[in-house]
Amino acid sequence: MMRTLTLTPDDHRIARLTAAAIAIALVESAVPSPLPGVKPGLANIITLLVLLRDDWLTAAWVTLLRVLAVSLLVGQFLAPGFVLSLAGALASLGILYLAQPLVRRMPMWFGPVTLSVLAALAHMMTQLLIVRLWLVPSPGVWVLAPVFIGAALIFGTLNGLVVAWLRTSDSARQ
Amino acid sequence: MNWFLRYPLKRLLRPGDILVLLAGVAGWVMLSISLWQSGPAAEAQIRRDGVLLAAYPLNEDRTVSFAGALGITVIRIESGRARIVSDPGPRQYCVKQGWLSRPGEMAVCAPNHISLSLTGGPPTHESMAY
Repeated sequence: MMRTLTLTPDDHRIARLTAAAIAIALVESAVPSPLPGVKPGLANIITLLVLLRDDWLTAAWVTLLRVLAVSLLVGQFLAPGFVLSLAGALASLGILYLAQPLVRRMPMWFGPVTLSVLAALAHMMTQLLIVRLWLVPSPGVWVLAPVFIGAALIFGTLNGLVVAWLRTSDSARQ
Repeated sequence: MNWFLRYPLKRLLRPGDILVLLAGVAGWVMLSISLWQSGPAAEAQIRRDGVLLAAYPLNEDRTVSFAGALGITVIRIESGRARIVSDPGPRQYCVKQGWLSRPGEMAVCAPNHISLSLTGGPPTHESMAY
């Protein structure tokens, strides 16, 4: 029996946004980093834009599809790098789900920077925890924790500012 | 700078954002202080698969051996330092690492599932004498 898969406009939009996120993540993966695990995470700008413009579910689709596609493209599928990306993505999506009422109900108080910083911290802490428990089972991992968390704070803030800026220029154009 | 003038930082960074950032930075500072207050290393811990097998003070010289997955790993503790003397692993990374002397340092003999790590003693407050 044949089944037809009908594509909704939503599917097309998710695919388009995911493609943009994949492109950003791929370019970023080609840029060398001083410390493995420290990178700007620019693709998360797309996640936040989708979360704020559409809804959480669309953002989750775009993010998880991106993680899957990028891991396939760079040959990390099911390798430790993939597990770390997936766990980080799930953790940040979880915290975004919890934090989004702040931005939706009190937009004068909380903006994209809050979401971005919280998501970056959740991402980094989850990855540190997995590295500690699974890959390097030693308390020595914590010596580097301040470096990673500091990077998450900085890049989380910068990405959040970019999202906020893109959204103000978006609404200014309308 | 034209875009910056049109969209001042105030509109991009809202009051709640600043609170979240301050909380994040405060947490980060506390974390850094608690993790990086490094006095001299005081104790050598030997683990197998992350489970603590033994801990020895660094101020008593001794040589100890532990059975791992492949064979015996020999560890030497001497004058406040510790090192892996021999290990059955094929690449000998942990042996080549040499002496460990600072808290948080560690040598992992992954093939043999044995790791040696140093922990700090009570923190020293020399810098507070000023």
